[in-house]
Amino acid sequence: MTRTNSYRTQPDDRGHFGQFGGRYVAETLMPLVLDLEKEYRKAKADPAFHAEFDDLLEHYVGRPSPLYFAPRLTEELGGAQIWFKRDELNHTGAHKINNCIGQILLAIRMGKTRIIAETGAGQHGVATATVCARFGLPCVVYMGATDVARQAPNVFRMKLLGAEVVPVTSGAATLKDAMNEALRDWVANVHDTFYIIGTAAGPHPYPELVRDFQSVIGKEARAQMMARTGRLPDLLVAAIGGGSNAIGLFHPFLDDPSVKMLGVEAAGHGLDKEHAASLAGGRPGILHGNKTYLLQDEDGQITEGHSISAGLDYPGIGPEHSWLKEIGRVDYTSVTDTEALDGFQLLCRTEGIIPALEPSHAIAAVAKVAPTMRKDEIILVNLCGRGDKDIFSVAEHLGVKL
Amino acid sequence: MSRFTTAFQPGRSALVCFVTGGDPTPDATPAILDALVEGGADVIELGMPFTDPMADGPAIQKANLRSLAAGTRTANLFAIATGFRARHPNVPLVLMGYANPMTIRGADWFAAECTKAGVDGVICVDIPPEEDPELGPALREKGISLIRLATPTTDAARLPAVLEGSSGFLYYVSVAGITGLQQAAQASIEEAVARLKAATDIPVAVGFGVRTPEQAADIAKVADGVVVGSAIIDIIAEEGAASPAKVRDFVRSLRTAMDAVSKEKSA
Repeated sequence: MTRTNSYRTQPDDRGHFGQFGGRYVAETLMPLVLDLEKEYRKAKADPAFHAEFDDLLEHYVGRPSPLYFAPRLTEELGGAQIWFKRDELNHTGAHKINNCIGQILLAIRMGKTRIIAETGAGQHGVATATVCARFGLPCVVYMGATDVARQAPNVFRMKLLGAEVVPVTSGAATLKDAMNEALRDWVANVHDTFYIIGTAAGPHPYPELVRDFQSVIGKEARAQMMARTGRLPDLLVAAIGGGSNAIGLFHPFLDDPSVKMLGVEAAGHGLDKEHAASLAGGRPGILHGNKTYLLQDEDGQITEGHSISAGLDYPGIGPEHSWLKEIGRVDYTSVTDTEALDGFQLLCRTEGIIPALEPSHAIAAVAKVAPTMRKDEIILVNLCGRGDKDIFSVAEHLGVKL
Repeated sequence: MSRFTTAFQPGRSALVCFVTGGDPTPDATPAILDALVEGGADVIELGMPFTDPMADGPAIQKANLRSLAAGTRTANLFAIATGFRARHPNVPLVLMGYANPMTIRGADWFAAECTKAGVDGVICVDIPPEEDPELGPALREKGISLIRLATPTTDAARLPAVLEGSSGFLYYVSVAGITGLQQAAQASIEEAVARLKAATDIPVAVGFGVRTPEQAADIAKVADGVVVGSAIIDIIAEEGAASPAKVRDFVRSLRTAMDAVSKEKSA
């Protein structure tokens, strides 16, 4: 069955991507995780499930998102042609909604009547609250108290959409603590509750199913690029926190040997200071149900991530990225807060697009790599979110009082 | 194994007591462990603090954070275990915690340290049977018991996998939830223990949400062991380094209540 020479057949039947991934959860959750896997296998083989997913993506989310050639940015950088996959134009303003549509359909299939989620910056929380409103299911979103204070507009959006937002005060009161609290809720409410995880991480089958739902990005982009240019791109670039937008773009291209890929982590204040670059500055460990690269000390205690982008400051990364790094199929780099702010302004100025701080990291990496490439080469960047949510923190960092 | 055999006697339910190592400080833990033994604890569970205790309720979460804030390192935990073993040669000692601190230097390293420190068993919350190769083989090779958890969601189909490779005792988590909050109904505990006892010869201890001598006594009527954690942690949270006397008295009240019913049962 397994095709050799393919990078697209992971994970194995135990949910492992090489040494990464797996199902490191408490016994109470294990039967549920096995059940989820069984139901996902059935859904994956069911044309009706795909038809409903596709229909919602088209008419509710607004897919396919455009593929856009950025002429002035290309000219300014003076190297390879730069194209954007415009996932910031989705309903709710980011790629997160693709995954939430898929998972809520799965929840309904499984007869679950209550939805929980974790959120950092609030984008995944807003996307989850959105699909819960659309399908009439109660929604509880766990959010670190620190993030609740930092992301007031998204907290209000979630409440408007009918979600209950629970501020988490344990630990450092940020994204990883919100995820701990969501897991605690899940373990106490296993009978009726579905946990919509926001990134391609967590216990198997989450990394696989989130990747599959987000792969719509790469599938569309691949077809659009072939239709527009008659060829594949030379380099894909995407920002990485947990890594769901990146894996969604990369996965459909993994078996195209001519396509190089670059994942961009958040180097925060710098890799020798506070940052959120798990691959560059961490090592393999076990957290939140999977084995993957983690920021941690020598005793295995998890350290806090830092990034100007709240969506990237998670101390781990999806296990498939850890595997792709280890086998060398994807290159990973990192850019600092300052570089990301420059990337943010660069796109505003050259293309009239205000990007979120997450893809601003990808843009900053492109600004370094594009000038080193030939003008007939093509870079495809995932513009995974729009910047409306970030204007306050950008203003603050630029010393502008609103 | 032999220390567990001594602790779990037929006709008498063993009292298993949990505290987080290094709470409130690494220096304070030895006296607290001694108080547990003086009060009548038959098995000691020493919690390894972790930054992200996903399966724990507020009481033990805070204990983890107090311990880490006091500077507790893995080396301190093994020093505490080594000292305990020297003072209490016959009381079984179990390390309980999460996978990452246990496996970060390799399972073989961890198993070797457990052996050196005189640790009898290990409970790892987030390594289910499906991920056993991560830790199980290394422990079994050193003769250290891997104590698994069974829960209300562990159905008949899963139970054999949970029992496979586990030893020492089986820890029945009586509620689907986190530590220290609600307690399961006595009837559901009795049904579950009967089901587990039919499937295994190793002792079955029941925990999660056991807070009072009365609850402990009720469970002692049917189970081979009773696990108490958060109620002890609450005393430590309140009294800090001055807690040993109160911890000892509380544990004694549990043991006394359990002895009353154990005697009834054996009479």
